[in-house]
Amino acid sequence: MSKEENTIWRFFASVKLALFVLFILAATSIIGTLIPQNNPPSFYFQEFGPNLARLFLILDFHRMYNSWWFLTLLMLFSMNLIVCTLDRLPNVWRMVVVDNLATPLERLTKMEQRAELASSASPAAAADALRGILAGRGWKARSAEMPEGTLLFAQKGAWSRLGVYCVHLSILVIFIGAIIGAIFGFKAGVLIPEGNSVSEVYEYGTERPIPLGFDLRCDRFAVEYYENGMPKEYRSNLTVTDRQQNETFSRAIEVNDPLDHRGITFYQASYEPTNEFLVQIETPAGKEKKLFRIPAGQQIAWPGTDISFGIINMAEGERGNDTRFKIWFSDGKGEPAVFWMPNAVSASIPRDGGEYLFSLRQIYATGLQVAKDPGVWVVYIGCGLMLLGLYVAFFLSHRRIWVYIKPEGSASRVLLAGSSNKNRVGFERNFAELTEAITKDPSFTDTEVAS
Amino acid sequence: MTSSQLLGYTTFAYLASAILYLGLFVFRARKIGPLATTVTAAAWLVNTAGIGLRWQESYQMGIGYAPLSNMYESLVFFAWSIAILYLGLEWKYKNRVLGAFAMPFAFLSMAYASLSTQFGKEIKPLIPALQSNWLIAHVITCFVGYAAFAVACGFGIMYLLRAKSEERGGGTPGSLMATLPELKMIDDLTHKTIIFGFLWLSAGIITGAIWANSAWGTYWSWDPKETWSLITWFMYAATLHARFTRGWSGKRIAWLAIIGFFAVIFTYYGVNFWLSGLHSYGRG
Ligand code: HEM
Repeated sequence: MSKEENTIWRFFASVKLALFVLFILAATSIIGTLIPQNNPPSFYFQEFGPNLARLFLILDFHRMYNSWWFLTLLMLFSMNLIVCTLDRLPNVWRMVVVDNLATPLERLTKMEQRAELASSASPAAAADALRGILAGRGWKARSAEMPEGTLLFAQKGAWSRLGVYCVHLSILVIFIGAIIGAIFGFKAGVLIPEGNSVSEVYEYGTERPIPLGFDLRCDRFAVEYYENGMPKEYRSNLTVTDRQQNETFSRAIEVNDPLDHRGITFYQASYEPTNEFLVQIETPAGKEKKLFRIPAGQQIAWPGTDISFGIINMAEGERGNDTRFKIWFSDGKGEPAVFWMPNAVSASIPRDGGEYLFSLRQIYATGLQVAKDPGVWVVYIGCGLMLLGLYVAFFLSHRRIWVYIKPEGSASRVLLAGSSNKNRVGFERNFAELTEAITKDPSFTDTEVAS
Repeated sequence: MTSSQLLGYTTFAYLASAILYLGLFVFRARKIGPLATTVTAAAWLVNTAGIGLRWQESYQMGIGYAPLSNMYESLVFFAWSIAILYLGLEWKYKNRVLGAFAMPFAFLSMAYASLSTQFGKEIKPLIPALQSNWLIAHVITCFVGYAAFAVACGFGIMYLLRAKSEERGGGTPGSLMATLPELKMIDDLTHKTIIFGFLWLSAGIITGAIWANSAWGTYWSWDPKETWSLITWFMYAATLHARFTRGWSGKRIAWLAIIGFFAVIFTYYGVNFWLSGLHSYGRG
């Protein structure tokens, strides 16, 4: 059965189907913007009542962009695109590579752009002059000897006929990239307290642990603020220790500036304070110094001394960065000191035996979004192809010019013909300019211009 | 001189421009044409200066950023894009009646930016997620595209007006609607403007996806803003195919240009204020 007769082929090759699918895709996509996505079933029962909720769950409206019916629509769309392209591409390809010198001469007399000129020069001299004029305007002419004369042909932008197919292909490339990402990639998250390392992350939705194949440590997390208290930057200093590849390196990441290692990318996503603190105590006159990592709410003793201390309360300020902590400190002599201090500073504690220096810093955990998406470059290539193809399809055209020169006595007669597949108005102007340039040549006279 | 003063003048200048072009059309006052063009060009220059000064002011405040980062700034840029796009069309097609159907959009955008109480107008530092050059590219490409769709909508309206008057037999020379360009020309202009917008909208969606990927590691997450931009894109893609392959033109394309612009407005405005989304950006 030939392609023309096969009704299934015709169904998938039809542009009517494309219009229908585009409309249905647009219309159904609205559903997911009205119904919040990816919430647990209980959410929908609460928000919409049992009847609607049950309907939503049956139709997968709570995760519609991954639902069987939406994916089926996208499949239909892709099939349509593929079949339609296969159906038309061979003809278009023929237009790109066809030998235009074999165009029947009668066709030239029916082209939308035509001009007839006479030349006092011999056909050979006229052909040379015309070739020169065409070349001067960027038209590289080829020629063929015909039984009664010479045919010149020149074209521009033959490849632009493929622009449309570049756009259609780009959509499929993007889909392929998305599928590669969905099969071979993952989206996960992990929370790393400062000073800790992780070797696995947890997939979103399922919480399944995914081994990284290397260790990732958070050395430091910091928030920078603007003067008005708005957050300016979230920054994590990370260290990767990769035993397999025998490398260790450190790098700071910020929002919009992720870290990539072995195809796994770590994005700064969130943070939270932990209940742990770094405390450094310096005894009077700097004799001794010690660093502790302690939880809040516990009394800690410095072994071998009489010193003990603890963080007994905290008060959050109005902004994220002005929490204050209540410290209890005793050096074993007299009443213990109790005072409030802000985060990340040193306080001096005057005691009988001199001044202690007490520094405190709350430990934060950085929240990282972790993504592996080997398809993302395919998607980007598809995006590039799409923009390129759109530009070509919209703004370039295939313009062709034929010149037929035949003898008339010792002089010649010239038929100029041209066509363009798009932007006819622009081509009409090109053609008129070319005709004018030719008639400016002393050996030519304009006998009749038709367009 | 401050940027808010300049942008205030811009609003009035676009109002003047819209009134002049409407006057030129309705009263057939062709003589005021050069004045209308001058006012529009001047308004656009003041608009440009206002955006530039706002940029500089943000640097003086120590938080320098391109003024394309919240609802107010994007509306100002939208008006800017409409005005320059229209001036380009006027220059290319040597026709001033078009202004009556384009410049009101520039004025409405500025007026809405200045008068609305739904969003702040002050220069505010950017939260970390918005500090990205891809965001700047995203806003510029999207809004140039939206501006083209606004102008295409204006041309769609123009087409329907003239078509209606011709149906009523009012297309005779001398009637008001006869001062509009030929139907065929309006149709062609609408189509070309949609094509131009479609290219920019595609670039806008793509740069947005790249930005999202650099900030969150997902180039597409089907949040309402993204989804609506895709719906808009589907609608214009369908419009273009209906024309290329099924030969639709005239009234049907004019209506599609108008309906398409409603989708644009919904993507731009509706999603921010009627739907809840992740795109906190628009609430600036
Ligand atoms: C949203 C997705 C799509 C986009 C962005 C798109 C884009 C384009 C563009 C830019 C053109 C250029 C027209 C020109 O300048 O001549 C075009 C033409 C065309 N498209 Fe699509 N297209 C899409 C989907 C489809 C689908 C699903 C089909 C399936 C049948 C299809 C069939 C065609 C056909 C037959 C043409 C005319 C080709 C020609 O002139 O030879 N398109 N498309």
